[in-house]
Amino acid sequence: MVREVSESCVESLLAEIVSSYCTGFYANKPELAARRIEAIGFQVGHQLSERYTMDRPRFTDHLEAIKFICKDFWSELFKKQIDNLKTNHRGTFVLQDNRFRWLAHMSIDPSVETSGNIQDPSAMAENKAAQATGMHLYFPCGIIRGALSNLGIPCAVSADISNLPACSFVVRIKA
Amino acid sequence: MAPVAPKSGDAIFASVDRVNAELFTLTYGAIVRQLLTDLEEVEEVNKQLDQMGYNIGVRLVDEFLAKSNVSRCVDFRETAEVIAKVGFKMFLGVTASVSNWDAEGTTCSIILEDNPLVDFVELPDTCQGLYYCNILSGVIRGALEMVSMKTEVTWLRDMLRGDDVFELQVKLLKQVPEEYPYKDDE
Repeated sequence: MVREVSESCVESLLAEIVSSYCTGFYANKPELAARRIEAIGFQVGHQLSERYTMDRPRFTDHLEAIKFICKDFWSELFKKQIDNLKTNHRGTFVLQDNRFRWLAHMSIDPSVETSGNIQDPSAMAENKAAQATGMHLYFPCGIIRGALSNLGIPCAVSADISNLPACSFVVRIKA
Repeated sequence: MAPVAPKSGDAIFASVDRVNAELFTLTYGAIVRQLLTDLEEVEEVNKQLDQMGYNIGVRLVDEFLAKSNVSRCVDFRETAEVIAKVGFKMFLGVTASVSNWDAEGTTCSIILEDNPLVDFVELPDTCQGLYYCNILSGVIRGALEMVSMKTEVTWLRDMLRGDDVFELQVKLLKQVPEEYPYKDDE
């Protein structure tokens, strides 16, 4: 039987990572806080994908690996699959979860358009609520990047929540 | 209205949303690892983990009270039993036991034989001073403070340091009397 813990345990840890790094160590440096939170996610994704692919043959192409993230990997983490996958066939994939669990218990101002964009976290520094949400998204972005990196696919991952409660993760594979 | 009967830890655990424990275990491991990199001093990491646990405990006690229907404990002995049997079970899915009471009934040990935080964990030699599970002591301290009990929680035994179980000593320092009547608007 698969060992389980209460979902509150994971949510508490996630909330605490964000608050420790954003209000504690790096209160005035959101970009540094963001990088640390993403790094924690990366580590987790890297290890999880190692575990979940142990008994599988190697993926033959990027699409196959992305499909693994959408189906098996996402199911292990959230007990559901990614709802929609789009690609431009040039290395960009958009993975949409119509109801992303880690945002379900957060109050978010839907009028503010944010994205957990790894490249520019300082852009959301003006709006505290948006910043907090964005900070929470660095963790799952890091998980996806870590998981794909373990599968030999270097990429950048950002999140888009302009369409709540849906959350889209944009994966850009590095050529 | 008849009082609602308190629920067993098993019943609550069966009813809450649960997730794969690997995600939890590896996330905690990644946090400890990142803190070791950022704070450098093991002692600072211990402090930070304790603080994080305290913050979590302060929030988690609400969920605990809401879901467990536990009524006011008559004494600290009962409090300790409830933490071990209901608290640990409903969040971590494992049960702890209580022993080593002192004569006054203010100090005891919570013993944990199965701890999901340490699955896959081995401490390298450079981390000898690390209390890896320090978040747990913080959680207990934080949660008890919210129900008016000031405690000191220390690790006596740690499986990552070669002991056979995890043993947390919980010492009741002060029971803060609740102020009555409560003020609603402050």
